[in-house]
Formats: sequence, structure tokens, C-alpha cells
Amino acid sequence: MSRIRPEEVREIATLARLDLSDQEIERMTTDLDAILGYVAALKDLDTSAVEPMTHAVPFDCPVRPDQVGTSLPIDEALQNAPRREASFFQVPRIIAPSAGDLPSAGGTSEEES
Amino acid sequence: MTATDVRGLSIATIADGVRSGKLRARDVTEGYLDRIARLDRALNCYVLTDAAGARRRADAVDAARAAGRDPGALAGVPIGIKDIFVTRGVETTCASKILRGFVPPFESTVTQRLADAGAVSLGKLNMDEFAMGSSNENSARGPVRNPWSLAHVPGGSSGGSAAAIAASLCAGATGTDTGGSIRQPASFCGVAGMKPTYGRVSRYGVIAFASSLDHPGPFGRSVEDVAALLEVMAGADPLDATSIPAPVGRYRDACRAGKDGLQGVRLGIPDEYFTAGMDPEVEAAVRAALDELARAGAKLVPVSLPHTKYAIATYYLICTAEASSNLARYDGVRFGHRTKDPRTLEELYARTRGEGFGLEPKRRIMLGTYVLRAGYYEAYYGKALRVRRKIADDFAAAFTQCDAIVTPTSPIPSFRFGERMGDPLQMYLADVLTVAPNLAGVPALAQSCGFTKSGLPIGLQVIGPPLGEEACFRIGGAYEARTEWHRRLPADSAMSGAEVAS
Repeated sequence: MSRIRPEEVREIATLARLDLSDQEIERMTTDLDAILGYVAALKDLDTSAVEPMTHAVPFDCPVRPDQVGTSLPIDEALQNAPRREASFFQVPRIIAPSAGDLPSAGGTSEEES
Repeated sequence: MTATDVRGLSIATIADGVRSGKLRARDVTEGYLDRIARLDRALNCYVLTDAAGARRRADAVDAARAAGRDPGALAGVPIGIKDIFVTRGVETTCASKILRGFVPPFESTVTQRLADAGAVSLGKLNMDEFAMGSSNENSARGPVRNPWSLAHVPGGSSGGSAAAIAASLCAGATGTDTGGSIRQPASFCGVAGMKPTYGRVSRYGVIAFASSLDHPGPFGRSVEDVAALLEVMAGADPLDATSIPAPVGRYRDACRAGKDGLQGVRLGIPDEYFTAGMDPEVEAAVRAALDELARAGAKLVPVSLPHTKYAIATYYLICTAEASSNLARYDGVRFGHRTKDPRTLEELYARTRGEGFGLEPKRRIMLGTYVLRAGYYEAYYGKALRVRRKIADDFAAAFTQCDAIVTPTSPIPSFRFGERMGDPLQMYLADVLTVAPNLAGVPALAQSCGFTKSGLPIGLQVIGPPLGEEACFRIGGAYEARTEWHRRLPADSAMSGAEVAS
């Protein structure tokens, strides 16, 4: 009867890179089930001859001259980064320190700076 | 230092007063800062008040005038900025935990234009997190309360903007409307607001929720105030590829033209917007407004928007799909919240997002991810895009028979806190009369047209054809010239020192 199962909700949470608690998974299962039930009404409408509408107003992709303009100084662009190193955003290591030995979980612990 | 008594002041009164030297921008700003200090503890409209910045900007306006320079069309007009607009050097959070501490290094086009015209920003206004909600109960900064009744919601997502105008905590405000987020709170708080044509106002620097549906727009006490703000906010922007190059209309002139009546104007009245389940007091007030517009000279013609019943389903499929994509950028790498000590990149993403987003953004990311996944895409998202065209075609057909469509803004007046929070579907249905114009991209104006017996505002919606803002303003201006609803103000005593229910 139900349109969506908790296992499927967990799968979607993984796709969405969203950590959800067991309680949240339960809540999402109930809510998504109700919403999917409601939107199923669209199936009644024949749209076989209708083109999809992605934008309200038709517009051409405008082009501009390919000129170098001013851009944010690196320090300003990085000012909100929770972690940075030199002129880079810092993330946990994604490549193993020694070549050819990739860690199974995708990286090693984030180093404290 | 003197503070002007600013309760109920119009934008024209302030701008004309400052431009002519009858008012000092600084005194006007002090008047609003004083009201914020007294009343906003109970209302919670502002997530950030920038008193020092406001005083500096007001002084600059006064100095410009004293030096003989043009202080701008909105000289000294104090405004509030919905916290979804990026403001350089001023924290911008979208009322979300995930953006706490984000101080943008750039400025949105809309706020830049307002500042260039002499408007004085008082601070950032509360909202539903990422503009997702219809009651302001989804803010990470606590809900805004309705100035007409503290036990009632102000509407959402631009609840802070609407409530701040109603309570005279600013003279004008910015908002965004993805499915009704300007018009529904305007209706709940008894003020005016407009969602212009898609592309009429630049989205540059407006934090994205659903890019094909997001419409920035103005709030004001009256339709005329909204027109004055839109003239400054609207226009092509090289920084927004979807902005429309057409010249900006003369919206204030259109309001004034309405005062001379609506001879020759055909107003479409769609049956589908007077649905079962509509509050009888709302229906009575809107029917009375239609009679008033007819007395002003307009001809009322029945029109049909047959796919209205599919609008909410279509809207929630498209907006969640777009939201799940837009909100992918909050990953703890470049700005905002970052989880502690993640071991892997995957863990950094998932834990940061799990900790930073509130329940409603999570729900929409989940639904959006579901409808976009391989195998489901065509059945849900593809289907919704096709129905979207049917809904837009409804409007195109109706506008061959009328110049504008007039409806209620919301089928119900404001509801009490907690009443709809348990059931997301019930909350989504609060937008039933506002989402279709977003799907079609057509302009829609909301304004006050009465009150319930218990004193809650009721709103009228005027929907125009693409780039038909002037038609909306002419009709709204005509109604405003013949009625007094927009002059009613909530009592300060009801907002200050009152017991705040939770």
C-alpha cells in the first residue's frame, strides 16, 4: 500500500548526502508517502502531446564579450571557508598518502590545522 | 537627535520630505530604529539590525542633499532586507543554521539598486529557512509573530518582511516569492506586495531555492509604495542571464491612472479560485472588492483556468527538484557550517548537511532527490514540466478575454502557530491560490481588502499578463483610491509588553 519504504528513504538520503537520524527517516517515510500520494493526481492528465516547460519566459542564452574583468581577491573569496590552506579550500584527504593505496572509505581523517 | 514619528508613513511622504528638506533622513531612521527597539522583541521580524550602518547611510543621504546632490528617488526611505538577499559585509543566513556566520563578499543587484536610490537599510528580515514555508515557523531564528494577533502566523516565507511593514518597523521591504512567499504573507499581515514577471527583477545575489520559480519583489504598506520600490528594483541585469531587457514601466503613474477609474478594463474572474473550503469571510470580502472594482468602471468577465487543481502538485515536484540541486552547494567546504572532524569527504558532506539543515529543507531535498533519480525522472519531474505548460497555457488563453485576473490571495486568513506544522501537505495547500502565477511567470499583486470579524487581514490578488505590471498597478491603485483598508494599522499596545504565547 505504501508508496515508499524506509530502506528507499535511506537510499535517497545517501544520494542526497544527507545524514538523517532514525527518527528523521521514519518521519520522512510518512511525509514523502503522503506527498507522493497527493502528486499522483497528475497521472490523470494526458500530457503526451505537451512539450515540457522548463522556464516561464523563453530566453536566449545571452553572450558577452570574452574579456577579463575584475574578480574577487583570493582572500575575500576564501573569507568564509571553514578551513583553508594557502589559496585553497581544505577538505579531508581524498588521495592516500602513498600512491596506489587508496583507502576504502574514501579518505583519512581530517587533519587539525 | 530627534526621531520622527514614523507609524504608518508612506514611502512618498518620506522620500518627498527628505528630498525637499522637510524631513531629515537621520530623524526618520531614528524613528524606525526606536520602534524596532520597542516592538521587535515580541514580533521577531529582524534577524539582524544594523543601527550603526543605517545611521551612516541616513547621514550620507542628508549630506548629499545639503551638498546639492540628488539624494535619489528613495532618499532616506528605511527598508528591511529579507535575509535571502546577499549583502556585502553583513551576515546573510537565509534563516538557516547552515549559513550561520556567512558574511558575503558581494552585494545582490536589488539591494545595490535600492541603496543607490538613497534607501536606508535597517537590517535583515526573518523568513522561513531557505524560503521554504508558509507560516515562518521554519526559521532557525524563531518564528515571526503577526502584528494583528501575536498568536497567529505572519505567513511565509517572507513573514518578517510583511510583519515589519504592518508594524511600521520599516517603510519598504524586499521579499522573494517562489510559490506565494510575498503575496501570502502580505495577505496575512494586511500589507501590499508584488511578485513581478519572471525576469523583471534580477535574481543576482538572491540565494537560490528554485531558480525557475524564484521571483524577488517589493513589499509596502500600499500599492503605491510597492510601485515606487519596483521602479527602482526592476530592470535588466548583465549578472542575471534570465533578466528581461524590456524597459521598466511607470508603475506609480499606473497607480495614479487607476484613481480616474477603470473604464474599458476587463477583469477576469476564475471560478476555480473561489473553491470549496474557502473561508466565508474571505469570500465575502473579495466579492465586495470585485463590486467596488465594477463601480470603478471595470467589466467583470468569467474566465476559466481549468488546470488550477494540478498547480500545487506540479509546483512541489518542480520546486523540490530544483531545491535539491540548488542546496547541494551547502557542503561545509566553501562557507557556512562544517561538521567537526569528518574522516572522509563523504562524511564531511552528509554530516554537515544533516546538522545544518532544518526539517523542511531536508524534506524538500529528499523529495527533490527522489523525483529526479534515474527511472523516476520522467514520471514525476518530466510530467510536472508538461503540466506546467498546461497551467501557463490556461493563463495565456484567459488573457485573450481580459486585461487582468482578480482572485483572493489566500483562501483563509492567518492561522494559529502549530496548527499546520504537523502536516506538511496541509501547509503546502496554504499556497493553493498563489503558486500558478509562479509556474506561468506572470506578475501578481497582493493588497489588503478587508478584515475578518476577529480582526485578521484579508487579501486581494491581481494577476496580470507577462510584463503586465502596469495593468496590476492601475487596478490596485483604483481599489486603493476607493477604500481605506491600507490605512488601517495594528495597535502598538497589542505588540509591546504583551504576553508572547509559544
